[in-house]
Amino acid sequence: MRRTRAATTAAITLSLLAATATACGGGSANGDGGSNSAPKELTYWASNQGPDIAADEATLAPELKKFEERTGIKVKLEVIPWPDLLGRILAATASGQGPDVLNIGNTWSASLQATGALLPWDGRNFDAIGGKDRFVASAIGSSGATGQDPAAVPLYSMSYALYYNKKMFREAGIEKPPATWDEMVTVGQRLSKDGKWALGAEGSNLANNIHQVFVLAKQHGADFFDAAGKPAFDGPATVDAVKQYVDLMAKDRIIAPGNAEYAQNQSLQDFAAGKTAMVLWQSAATSFKTHGMKEGDWGVAPVPVPAGGAPGTGRNTNSMVAGINMAVFRNTDNIDGSLAFVKFMTGDEEQRLLNKAYGSIPPVKAAQTDAAFASEDLTVLRETLSTSAAPLPQVPQESQFETTVGTAVKELFADAAAGRPVTTESVKAELTKAQQQMTS
Amino acid sequence: MSPHTTVRVRKSALPYLLLLPAVLLELLIHLVPMVMGVVMSFRQLTQFFIRDWTRAPWAGPANYELAVDLNKPVGQALLGSFVTTCLFTLLSVGLCWLLGTAAAVFTQESFRGRGPLRALFLVPYALPVYAAVITWAFMFQRDNGLVNHVLHDQLGLGGADRTFWLLGDNSFWALLTVSVWKGWPFAFLIVTAALQNIPGELYEAAALDGAGSWQRIRRITLPSVGPVNQVLVLVLFLWTFNDFNTPFVLFGKAAPEAADLISLHIYQSSFVTWNFGAGAAMSVLLLLFLLLVTAGYLFLTGRGRRRNADA
Repeated sequence: MRRTRAATTAAITLSLLAATATACGGGSANGDGGSNSAPKELTYWASNQGPDIAADEATLAPELKKFEERTGIKVKLEVIPWPDLLGRILAATASGQGPDVLNIGNTWSASLQATGALLPWDGRNFDAIGGKDRFVASAIGSSGATGQDPAAVPLYSMSYALYYNKKMFREAGIEKPPATWDEMVTVGQRLSKDGKWALGAEGSNLANNIHQVFVLAKQHGADFFDAAGKPAFDGPATVDAVKQYVDLMAKDRIIAPGNAEYAQNQSLQDFAAGKTAMVLWQSAATSFKTHGMKEGDWGVAPVPVPAGGAPGTGRNTNSMVAGINMAVFRNTDNIDGSLAFVKFMTGDEEQRLLNKAYGSIPPVKAAQTDAAFASEDLTVLRETLSTSAAPLPQVPQESQFETTVGTAVKELFADAAAGRPVTTESVKAELTKAQQQMTS
Repeated sequence: MSPHTTVRVRKSALPYLLLLPAVLLELLIHLVPMVMGVVMSFRQLTQFFIRDWTRAPWAGPANYELAVDLNKPVGQALLGSFVTTCLFTLLSVGLCWLLGTAAAVFTQESFRGRGPLRALFLVPYALPVYAAVITWAFMFQRDNGLVNHVLHDQLGLGGADRTFWLLGDNSFWALLTVSVWKGWPFAFLIVTAALQNIPGELYEAAALDGAGSWQRIRRITLPSVGPVNQVLVLVLFLWTFNDFNTPFVLFGKAAPEAADLISLHIYQSSFVTWNFGAGAAMSVLLLLFLLLVTAGYLFLTGRGRRRNADA
């Protein structure tokens, strides 16, 4: 008798606990579209855009103050380092305890959109911030799956460019930066000697590997996902694209073998130290300056395209659309305030100011005309963005793709660095393995 | 109910009531997350459902089938990672124990500078893991790292081509080095503490009987610290087997195959690829394995000691 009672108590306790846990896991229950129960306060998770967290806080604080003076809404800012950001967003999604407004890497848009945690930007929401047409089309293209309302709005845009060391080029008697990959290899072999190398790479940085092979795949007329959004990693064209990238180290020998283990932007340090003559990077100017280079030491050119081409669309794509999007958590308790804050941050004035501070390009058309974005560096980035950049696949499996294919490229670089042959077969085998790991 | 029974019920309920807060907390902190993990492992929990995971469809044993199907790449990779982890754990625990015990025996007798030396031995254990391991990561860099500088430039070993420590098969040895460096001070600390309890007379008597120092270690020291060793090896085993920080800081989220420890592997199969159901299934399998090993270990060592006690 006593035992039954104990068992009953235990059972009740358990079911109560389970119920609480379920309630926690289910997010706050106030339906879609948020509420306005806390109209005087907002929590904002910003991504780390400047050299460090403190610098970002110093940049954003006066702007948030300005917003508070205009609207009376106090914004609680938290700047989150990149390695933590996605994990924090996932935890917030699972628990329902998240910020009101947040920054996301634009390549995550479709993946996060699939969780349903972000407010969809339908016509009405876009109207609240001045309309969809204010933004550059390619930036809107990287804010969610095609055919659905965007999950976020563009905040800062970036694109890839070829940065080259003017002094090293002068000394090697090279007049202009390579415009095609053939020229890259020819020029590269003239530059790679006496312990110096032509091109830098971040062989162990999965995201960077993806950005590079994505563009090369476009140049081979291929995509890593087919029209139905299914992975298609190991087709002949994608194999060629990945092989072309790894061959820069394996066959052409214009990337130092040591770059295979780089993952913490060591290639930028090598560039600043005059050990490598070129890097393919997005908005690198600020980093070069912190590593001790002076404006004018480096030149900027568009990323090379296939022989006979010029930067454009399709096979002449030469960059991904890189950048940061701004999203609103669907279960925010200050929906009107959130929209007002997004409107403020994507307004012409703030766009000029913040993109100037971070060395990025405003995704808002009207803000791009500012003289600050007409420098040599930014002109190349801006033109790439408007004419020859393509968004990474906007599919829910994008982050899985970054991990699996990024790892495949890392392994191939490791082979190349160790002197093992990189063949069409070995590239295909790695990509097939990556595709088979796409479990869901 | 008569007043008499009520009193009896109250009396008998009192201890349970007093225990209740502890039981509830235990449930909340340990059991509920574990039960949830097991439940999750039977669901097809991907990013589409994490916002409200009770809506995730039931997957039945599909996640487990995926994890143990050795004809598919996911199962093969998990098995490979499991074998690597077993080998790694065996070597790491063995070396940690050996170094720790040797150092503890060495510093057992008092000599000048023993205190500072003991303190120095404990430094790796006291350092924050991230700071220590990231320093190792820099030291293992191929082009600018200290390890290659000493090996290739100073000692002239290994030829002109510098070695990659963070890529390929060498990464296993790099990981083992860091793990032993980080783990042995704990073994040292525990064995040192155990040695304090051995009465000095035992050694004196043994010395009088003509036992050399090796015999004293073998006949007195090691048997005396036996029960401590039993726990020490088990704890080291569990820590090393589950170590996530060391490979994660050393290699980032995609470790080379030779150093792909199971906890990092599971992290990659769930968090990085957003497939939480499969990750949960792998975790449950890992939990079962560790439970089995622990139970087997305690049974075997316990029986061995009982027999010794009987003899």
